[in-house]
Amino acid sequence: MYLPKLEQFYKHKEMDEGVLGIFETPEAIMEAAEKTKEKGYVGFDCLLPFPVHGIDEAMGTPRSGLPWVTFFAGLFGCLIGILFQGLTHSYDWPLNIAGKALNAWYAYVPIIFELTVFSAGIYTVVALLFLAGLPSPSRRILHKDLTSHRFGLWIPKSAKGYVESDVVSFVKGLGGTEVTVVQPEKQK
Amino acid sequence: MSLAQAVREKLDIPDLVTGGKSLRDVTSDITKPNEDFPTSLWWKVFTLVLTITLVDVAIIGYLFYEGLYILGINNPVGWGFFVVNFVFWIGIGHAGTLISAVLYLFRQGWRTGINRAAEAMTIFAVLVAASNLILHVGRPWLGFWLFPYPNERGPLWVNFRSPLIWDTFAVSTYLSISLVFWYIGLIPDLASLRDRATETWRKNLYNVLSFGWVGSARAWSHLEIVSMVLAALSTPLVLSVHTIVSFDFAVSILPGWHTTIFPPYFVAGAIFSGFAMVVTLMVIAREVFNLKDYITPKHLDNMNKIMMVTGLIVGLAYSTEFFIAWYSGNEYEGFAFVNRAFGPYGWAYFIMISCNVLSPQVFWFRKLRYSIPVMFVASLVVNVGMWFERFVIMMTLHRDFLPSSWAMYTPTLFDYAMLIGTFGIFFTLFLLWCRIMPVIAIAEVKTVMPAKEGAHH
Repeated sequence: MYLPKLEQFYKHKEMDEGVLGIFETPEAIMEAAEKTKEKGYVGFDCLLPFPVHGIDEAMGTPRSGLPWVTFFAGLFGCLIGILFQGLTHSYDWPLNIAGKALNAWYAYVPIIFELTVFSAGIYTVVALLFLAGLPSPSRRILHKDLTSHRFGLWIPKSAKGYVESDVVSFVKGLGGTEVTVVQPEKQK
Repeated sequence: MSLAQAVREKLDIPDLVTGGKSLRDVTSDITKPNEDFPTSLWWKVFTLVLTITLVDVAIIGYLFYEGLYILGINNPVGWGFFVVNFVFWIGIGHAGTLISAVLYLFRQGWRTGINRAAEAMTIFAVLVAASNLILHVGRPWLGFWLFPYPNERGPLWVNFRSPLIWDTFAVSTYLSISLVFWYIGLIPDLASLRDRATETWRKNLYNVLSFGWVGSARAWSHLEIVSMVLAALSTPLVLSVHTIVSFDFAVSILPGWHTTIFPPYFVAGAIFSGFAMVVTLMVIAREVFNLKDYITPKHLDNMNKIMMVTGLIVGLAYSTEFFIAWYSGNEYEGFAFVNRAFGPYGWAYFIMISCNVLSPQVFWFRKLRYSIPVMFVASLVVNVGMWFERFVIMMTLHRDFLPSSWAMYTPTLFDYAMLIGTFGIFFTLFLLWCRIMPVIAIAEVKTVMPAKEGAHH
């Protein structure tokens, strides 16, 4: 049976201290991600201007668990729709309309459906914003081309076996141009 | 070369982005209209539509002051232009969702060139539609009574069995889901604008708008899944919205309205009119913003094909309605339809038939499907026709069971002014949006670009 796993709800990690290498093509970043995974720098990330097809497999990221949020939020919205309409019309404010049954539930279907979709969609987006660490307008921009046409490989200081000079030469060896060591910003 | 690219070349399928663009070119071409000072053409059109909007706002203020009697509605025609406009605009919105959701699920790569602008169109059209819905209730300042909320008027709740309340829920759900779907797609593109910005104020503006997006692969993979989830939610949602709009009519017991064909017929009509509006807007946008390499004739051709198919479905629905009216043997139903085509409002019926059924037939010919002037005129004609379709449906009211209560509906100047005003509001919002945000989904276009060696410098 397919059940949700905790690692599917991975969270975006802030990039304060580590090594950033810049790559020029999607193929290059794919290959770099693959090799970094083999090397075992757990917690590394790629910075991409667009979702590169297959990067999740290359990085070893599991499939996102967000559809589970959608499912349960949808169920919640559906129940709210059934209970709210049923309870108001049958108990809190019973109103005889043309002698029809008080709990004529067929007429509730449109609103039950709309509330299901509303709840499923909005909660999923809220969960997305939480996991992607948004909004966070004070976040640091590491390189201005990374949202346009170049690709970044990020190896954080917290990665296992992190030795700065080793990581720099490793990223250079992968073909990364402009390899920089990022230091934490001073607290203002 | 990727496999997909090889297949495209083998089958002679045109590229979705032409002109040998690199990734950097894509970003700079699409963000150019956002970064340059607006052209004089933009200012002229914007001044015009803003004037229309301001006049419209003044008229709405007058309507608040005087009440609905300044309009043409009467007894028995209690629903006038407001409801016609409501159905028309909400229908326009449906094409945006169809492009962003249904074509996403069907893996149609060409949608990436037009989806962002079409989604923006959806949101503005739904806003215009919702304003018409609120205005038509008579005391618009009490429009919030449509929502069930705990109040001090006793245990008083809305009547959930009423189609007006279904509308409230359908339209507000549709607006919210479309808005979040559109915005989560915009976040990465707004980050592109932020990183290109040179002025501080611009950088700060886009930094706030883009929520501080940096493009982490983990965030991307969550975002990709959420796009898929929202597409899967929006697909039944968009069908439900126009179905519920058609219930406003079909749930009544009026001959000509009380029919089971209404939901599919309304949905097809909505997609039809919406695609016509997308074609109108895209033909203009690709000219004005110089985006011909991103919105190619192939994109327009695909949209024209969808327009033709939905036009045929609408035509089939018109004839089915007529056939069933005769075949049912119900004399009231029969009269309603004969009156619709040959009664006092028969002229509107024939405008509808010629615009909606005859004009899309030009798209049988490949040459005409690729001709910009032809599709531009056809899309305008279809929009006129679809407005008249809703007018024709509304005019069913003017002759009901009792000849003593028959009456004609004559719209007043205020009706016409507020009809023009809806276009003013829509285009004001759209033009402002074009300035602030990219009209093409930058990140998504990059995923369908033809792969080229060495084109990335």
